[in-house]
Amino acid sequence: MLLLKDIDEPGLNTLPVYEARGGYAALRKALEMTPADVLSELEASGLRGRGGAGFQMGKKVSFLPQGSMDKYLVCNADESEPGTFKDRELMQKNPHLLIEGIVIASYAAGADRSFIYIRGEYVLQADVLDAALAQAREAGYVGEQILGSDHSLSLVVHRGAGAYICGEETGLLDSLEGKRGNPRLKPPFPANQGLYQGPTLINNVETLSTVPAIMTMGAKQYAELGVQTSTGTKLVSISGHVQRPGNYEIELGIPAREIIYGLAGGPPVGSEIKCWFPGGSSAPVLTPDDLDVPYDFDSLAKAGSMLGSGAIIVVDDSTPIVELALKVAMFYRHESCGKCTPCREGTNWTVKMLQRIDSGEATPMDLDIMASVQDHIIGNCLCVLGDAMAMPIGSMIAKFRDEFEAHIEAARARAGLTLGSVPADEQALLAHGTS
Amino acid sequence: MTPVPRLGDDARASGWDRSADPEKDPALIPDPATTDVPAQLRKAIEDAMARYPDSRSAAIPALHAAQELHGWCSPEAIEQVACVMQVTPAYLDSVASFYDMLENHPVGRHSVYVCTNISCSLRGADALLAAIGEAAADDADFNVRSFECLGACDIAPMASVDGVYVGPLSIDDVPQLLDDARSGRPVLPDKQLATRLVADPRANSQQFPPHAVEQGSSR
Ligand SMILES: Cc1cc2nc3c(=O)[nH]c(=O)nc-3n(C[C@H](O)[C@H](O)[C@H](O)COP(=O)(O)O)c2cc1C
Ligand code: FES
Repeated sequence: MLLLKDIDEPGLNTLPVYEARGGYAALRKALEMTPADVLSELEASGLRGRGGAGFQMGKKVSFLPQGSMDKYLVCNADESEPGTFKDRELMQKNPHLLIEGIVIASYAAGADRSFIYIRGEYVLQADVLDAALAQAREAGYVGEQILGSDHSLSLVVHRGAGAYICGEETGLLDSLEGKRGNPRLKPPFPANQGLYQGPTLINNVETLSTVPAIMTMGAKQYAELGVQTSTGTKLVSISGHVQRPGNYEIELGIPAREIIYGLAGGPPVGSEIKCWFPGGSSAPVLTPDDLDVPYDFDSLAKAGSMLGSGAIIVVDDSTPIVELALKVAMFYRHESCGKCTPCREGTNWTVKMLQRIDSGEATPMDLDIMASVQDHIIGNCLCVLGDAMAMPIGSMIAKFRDEFEAHIEAARARAGLTLGSVPADEQALLAHGTS
Repeated sequence: MTPVPRLGDDARASGWDRSADPEKDPALIPDPATTDVPAQLRKAIEDAMARYPDSRSAAIPALHAAQELHGWCSPEAIEQVACVMQVTPAYLDSVASFYDMLENHPVGRHSVYVCTNISCSLRGADALLAAIGEAAADDADFNVRSFECLGACDIAPMASVDGVYVGPLSIDDVPQLLDDARSGRPVLPDKQLATRLVADPRANSQQFPPHAVEQGSSR
């Protein structure tokens, strides 16, 4: 266990306890190496980003230009992907681990200013971080010439104000610059032009919190954990219809069944799993047939979904799929920043169509229209928030089409409508999907 | 067919749906000589501005501070922030209307955010929200709203009461929840997230050898 080791130790959030458990030794070790050597360790570890996209962290660091200029490191602590609550646990209980990881990563990247962008709702966690940061500054782990080296780093905890889109890295940067959190056109990527137009490394809390362990164990040993293209351990937040919801640290590549049934106890007695999101609500749903898929980046992608943020949401067979789809769609409608038309309108239309299905006003052909709306969102926006709705909704329509159709029929019967009663002009409008 | 508003109440793009008055001159950057700013607020904003290479980054912390003082991002609050930051009120309004935690209308001083996202609604959040809403309906001190995933699905269904996370909540908890908030006591002390241990028993080094996973036991 690397990340959750001693996590419930009383006082782990304070410097003396953290140091007594070997804290900041990894930083000392890193500062004795050259930044280039630290970077090669990160690359050799195979560590992939834990925030959603799973991009190789070492590679991202290597994209930052060399030379002396203002470079930034931003820790993404916005954690608003539905179902995800692992960063919260790390920041609240082991804030120094994150701070140590940030200082090491900034050394490898040559960054001298850093920020933790934490969602505004995490009041307790931000307070804990602020207190830990004051201690770390006092002890010389953060600030000018850290531990007598040439490396200096400032660190600011920045509290957001409630917006999912500020987890998207370029939306985050705009928000951190004091604006509405609208995503930017890419390229340029943040590694070249990020915060205040300077080269910027953005990583998730869990990614950065893993860095000290890599320095301590050595990249080679770390890479032996997990499977070849998904090395190491991963925090999994599991919630919904399971008996023991919570955060679990797993070695990547174990079967999903072991997490859902073994660790979290499976669904409540008497119910069965209907579907599950393997990586937050943005991940296409999987079914009980997929429970033996190894839980790692590539296996889940091959199964048609994604590991995402590592949040498993289990839904049992008592839940109507239309209700689930509506919840998902409403979230993305609420969180769309409104900048791109396919996302702003597509999320809104999807909600409206699902509401029509539920109220008995829809016909089966609405399902095809709804599926085509999803297809038109994917790949057509500045960021993937729209895709993040389109993928799970599309997967629900594809995998539970029979239930959608039955729902439509039952709702129509309740509303006193039969299929033949749709007026011809409305049928024509529906076929165009633009009424 | 019931007409659905082009952008429902819940759509993020709100802030764009407020019409501007084309007759009115745009508000200018407030003049420090004629704008009164409470000293405490001024200091909070100036401290925030000093933390960033570009002082505009302080917009959110500054609006938070002003909201704390005024109860919401009122025109007066925005004017004061604009004065200290030397930006236009419209710029701050664009920011304030984007974020869920910044209020654009007067609200009760106790905020109760009830999470109604997937994991919480699978465990009864919608009924919980209705119960809290009903119990607090006559009390103007409460700002009860549904919220997107608050990052605490392990204690679903849950709520954030004046920033303090509590859960799992049942309908029976509602009276005490409101009472505690009203009287300034810690809200539902037994149900606060702050006291919860990690669910993975192996994470607790007192019970399990700390290197269990490193030895590959979970494979
Ligand atoms: C809509 C949207 C929301 C996101 N939310 C988060 C988030 O809350 N936390 C996070 O770490 N990454 C989030 N991401 C991913 C980030 O854009 C980015 O890939 C990540 O922070 C990079 O860090 P990593 O490489 O360490 O994973 C989000 C992406 C999108 C498109
Ligand atoms: S769904 Fe309610 S806290 Fe995540």
